[in-house]
Amino acid sequence: MTERTLVEAITLALARTMDENEKVLVVGEDVGIDGGVFRATAGLINRFGKDRVRDTPVSETVIAGISVGLAAQGFRPVGEVQFMGFIYPVIDQLLNHASRLRTRTRGRITCPMVIRAPYGGGIHAPEHHSESMEALFTHIPGLRVVIPSSPARAYGLLLAAIRDPDPVVFLEPKRIYRSIKEEVEDTGNAIALDKCQLLRAGRDITLVSWGAMIVETLQAAETLSTEGIEAEVIDVATLKPLDAATILNSVEKTGRCAVIHEAPYTSGFGAEIAARLAEYGLTNLLAPVRRVTGYDVTMPLPKLEHYYMPTAARVVAAARESMEFS
Amino acid sequence: MPPQNDPSNVAAAFSIPFTRYLAVDGSVEEELPDFAHDPAALIPLYRAMVLTRIFDEKAIALQRTGRLGTFPSSLGQEAVGVGAASAMLPEDVLLPSFREQSAQFWRGVTMKEVFLYWGGDERGSNFEGPREDFPVSIPVASHFPHAAGVALAFKLRDEKRAAVCIGGDGATSKGDFYEGLNIAAVWSVPAVFLINDNQWAISVPRQKQTAAQTLAQKAIAAGMPGEQVDGNDVIAVRDAVARALKRARSGNGPTLIEALTYRLTDHTTADDAHRYRSDEEVSQRWKEEPVSRLRNYLVSQDAWNKKDEEQLLSVCKEEVEKSADEYLATEPEPVSEIFDYLFKELPDDLRAQREFAIARIGGNEHD
Repeated sequence: MTERTLVEAITLALARTMDENEKVLVVGEDVGIDGGVFRATAGLINRFGKDRVRDTPVSETVIAGISVGLAAQGFRPVGEVQFMGFIYPVIDQLLNHASRLRTRTRGRITCPMVIRAPYGGGIHAPEHHSESMEALFTHIPGLRVVIPSSPARAYGLLLAAIRDPDPVVFLEPKRIYRSIKEEVEDTGNAIALDKCQLLRAGRDITLVSWGAMIVETLQAAETLSTEGIEAEVIDVATLKPLDAATILNSVEKTGRCAVIHEAPYTSGFGAEIAARLAEYGLTNLLAPVRRVTGYDVTMPLPKLEHYYMPTAARVVAAARESMEFS
Repeated sequence: MPPQNDPSNVAAAFSIPFTRYLAVDGSVEEELPDFAHDPAALIPLYRAMVLTRIFDEKAIALQRTGRLGTFPSSLGQEAVGVGAASAMLPEDVLLPSFREQSAQFWRGVTMKEVFLYWGGDERGSNFEGPREDFPVSIPVASHFPHAAGVALAFKLRDEKRAAVCIGGDGATSKGDFYEGLNIAAVWSVPAVFLINDNQWAISVPRQKQTAAQTLAQKAIAAGMPGEQVDGNDVIAVRDAVARALKRARSGNGPTLIEALTYRLTDHTTADDAHRYRSDEEVSQRWKEEPVSRLRNYLVSQDAWNKKDEEQLLSVCKEEVEKSADEYLATEPEPVSEIFDYLFKELPDDLRAQREFAIARIGGNEHD
């Protein structure tokens, strides 16, 4: 049994898919000999060669754009963007091309590509390195948005993303790249996309989150448990397409829900989940849906970053308020 | 400042060659390339340009009568697409911008398909002919990196194929144009980038697009050869693209070609070019247009006469009318189709929306 970090699990999944399918290529800035700024591609160039592990010039447009061309030709490119702050040119390619090629050619040309990028704050990174802009991608039809929350889920979900026949944005919670270790065996078993993961069963309140905030959410659930409040914890895992049924079924049982995300409040993906509950689960709700999120502010630099990040204490407080609502 | 006139202080020097074979009046300026020695061999090129011109006329007529959506005519620019496509092999891949129907027709995209696309039907991009050719790129220059990716695929598979990417003069002002060129040159992939320099990006003239003397010289910054051709001389376009393709297939990397032409009509049917350019300018440019130039040459070689011309016009009109009729007779797709090609398999979360969309029209999918 091998304990691995989340970033090691990413490397393992990349190597696994490259090994099983010669059409899988890795492209990005510094992904070759340097192994990526977070070492997610470490060792791949030695094992698979420079044809399949390709350093690009500093051009995120190229990382996404050549991936569209390669994918249209039957390759399975996995592009790495170094930080979410640099991913915005990629949106042009994802929105205008990758996500619509299958539709606009009525299935003649498809785009099986993955764009990986670390996201989120809490590691005292420089400006433009700490944002959580996942909601931007969830508004794009034809695109999958996947976010793992543990090493094992990173491995299984990335396998599924690379094997998927359509484009996937795979956002990696870099705050927990190395802070958690767990058993990850190279089984080749993927975790199904488009499904929420039930991480903790509970009867009193449903806590819904994804990515690094799963850590605080599970901590909060433990604290609440000592107070006699049993929280059910759901990791959304695939934000788009959303597995709303799992969330709705849980809230049918608990009657209460809080959504926790690091991203800003307004139009965060929590809004979508709250709206689904209002639309399809209103009569099951015993309290308003709560959102524990970042603020609608420019992501602060490291000195003030800790004020921005949602904490387990805020999750506990929101859950208590929900429980007290009548 | 180091002295500028001392050749030993020049770090690098470049020049941009220019090619034209047929003068504006169709007389021969330079010795013709091999493929053009027999005038009869040029007749298919002539025919393709005439066909495109008649197609464009018909498309505008359909748009004006409410039977087609916004449409970009290629009037005056037919030689660019025909020259490029006729130099390609069927197994190459074309990545066109939205005004390259002349190239698409040569490649085997049908007129019905192009009518369908501009008529608002996605099936128009499901080409039955060139299955790997890209659909037109509407966001200007965004397809240049795709061409690098397609060409990289050929290189990785060790195939003797090439990607041909066509964009307009406006495209050269965009970052993704340069980024696509740059990576293509760094990786030395078999790609040919062709600029259809029609002098106008909607209302912005070429001079206001860039201060660069030529668009072809933008190749130099990316580290590939750049050259300029008279884009109204189909022989020059075909010759330049053929040389670039040969280079690409021999493993010598990409080329940028700027084809100088002129957009003789509006940007699209939604545009009115009178707002920003004079009739005098346009009538001056009519003297340089590609169709009469090649016709004059063919006539001068006794390879074409009035009867041939009448016959060709009649056959082309018939083909265009037949295609238009087929397009107009095409039933719209059912509403389910807007969902069914989004992903390989419809995700559960979309199922409800699909069912709703069908139910709201009472199960009558053609409502």
